[in-house]
Amino acid sequence: METKQTLKKEINLKDGVFEPKIVGFLCNWCSYSGADLAGVSRIKSAPNVRIIRTMCSGRVDPSFIIKAFELGADGVLIAGCHFGDCHYLEGNFKTMRRIEMMKLVLKQFGIDARRLRLEWISASEAEKFSKVTFEFTEQIKTLGPLRLIKN
Amino acid sequence: MGKPKLALYWAASCGGCEITVVDIEEKILDVADFFDIVFWPCIMDFKYEDVEAMEDGEIDITLFNGAIRTSENEHLAKLLRKKSKLLIAFGSCAHDGCIPGLANFYDKQSIFDYVYKESPSVEESSQGVFPQTSTKMPEGEITIPEFWNTVKTLDQTVDVDYYIPGCPPQSFQVAAVILAVIDILKTGKPLPDKGAILGADNKTCCDECPRERKEKKIKEFFRPHEIIPKEDECLLDQGILCIGPATRSGCGALCVQANVPCRGCYGVPPNVKDQGAKMISALSSVIDATSPEEVSRIINKIADPLGTFYRFSLASSTFKRVQFSDKT
Ligand code: SF4
Ligand code: FES
Repeated sequence: METKQTLKKEINLKDGVFEPKIVGFLCNWCSYSGADLAGVSRIKSAPNVRIIRTMCSGRVDPSFIIKAFELGADGVLIAGCHFGDCHYLEGNFKTMRRIEMMKLVLKQFGIDARRLRLEWISASEAEKFSKVTFEFTEQIKTLGPLRLIKN
Repeated sequence: MGKPKLALYWAASCGGCEITVVDIEEKILDVADFFDIVFWPCIMDFKYEDVEAMEDGEIDITLFNGAIRTSENEHLAKLLRKKSKLLIAFGSCAHDGCIPGLANFYDKQSIFDYVYKESPSVEESSQGVFPQTSTKMPEGEITIPEFWNTVKTLDQTVDVDYYIPGCPPQSFQVAAVILAVIDILKTGKPLPDKGAILGADNKTCCDECPRERKEKKIKEFFRPHEIIPKEDECLLDQGILCIGPATRSGCGALCVQANVPCRGCYGVPPNVKDQGAKMISALSSVIDATSPEEVSRIINKIADPLGTFYRFSLASSTFKRVQFSDKT
């Protein structure tokens, strides 16, 4: 009998508690600066979010999100400039449409759409960045680790 | 030296790929002339033992169509790999999983439950009688292949040398590939790089589509039966979900010329890994909406986004199947 197998994945446990891996794609002009500001202002943010800087949130191709999940992320955060602030004018509108569609498809794939989160964080919103990282980490903790079936 | 040896096999497929080979018309005579056809169960009577008895690498070229659904498909894939110098994934099922791959929306248990229990066509007396891989009878044991939980592509099962995409591959492309192969074998020209896609082009379906494209601003999607599309304008511009932007060129844009949107059978275009992701990316640039609510309203009209964006490539997509592990 063939049995269902899950992808080999290291599940992060700290003192027996699940510590999610979250990939955060932050746009260079707003959200990354916001995260930076949180750092220099000594505002704590959740270490679970591994930050990847992109030039614009619109640069985050859906395949990046899918690949992050494939490679072991339990959650994916995408953060960009508020509407009207995108350095490339409309990049964040594309992002918004893309994430809405991604959520539909993730649901159909049987993956909880709450594992994907979109936020608008400006360069001055260090507090917001910090809050989002903690909230999202808590959210993923309640969802548990993402295990992908291969066979 | 004898003639080069050719084998053709079908695994989980509809048989369309076999038809496409016959559809190369009189060139089939060149094939029969040039090659010694050593295995082609669809057309001639061969037994698996015939293949098992061959030396390793004895077959020069195997055209393998069909996805890997059962243990029998897998056994033949492994056997033909061992016996063939070149193994070619022929057609969308072997290449991408194709329509059989859509079974990856379910798992073995739910498929069996429906087919052998719940389907209205199952007689009451045999409801819930599931096929067994082995049954003891007074005369001896009868076995049938095992049905796997997940449909796989050929290259997820064995090493593959080349791919010929399409559902089915267009016969003019097949003829061109076969003639090129004959030429290579005759003249000793170098083979294409391993892993090459043969019988297709390196652009997207949109590139060979004759329809006129304007700036796309989609306010509403329509299913093909809901509107009569204008003959010469891009179907996607008109709100008909056409997978052309996420599909490799090479078929000659046949569907779109018949007023039918591209469904994506030639698989991903060059440098793309995931057809659905590519389609989402393409659509997010052309949907005309500036608020999440507006986007939801527009995309909720897409019936079955997953099955539409990945109609031919669910099994070869990054996630490969619907994940049941994440139910909360
Ligand atoms: S989207 Fe479809 S109809 Fe439009 S150009 Fe591409 S292939 Fe042609
Ligand atoms: S530059 Fe920040 S979202 Fe485009």
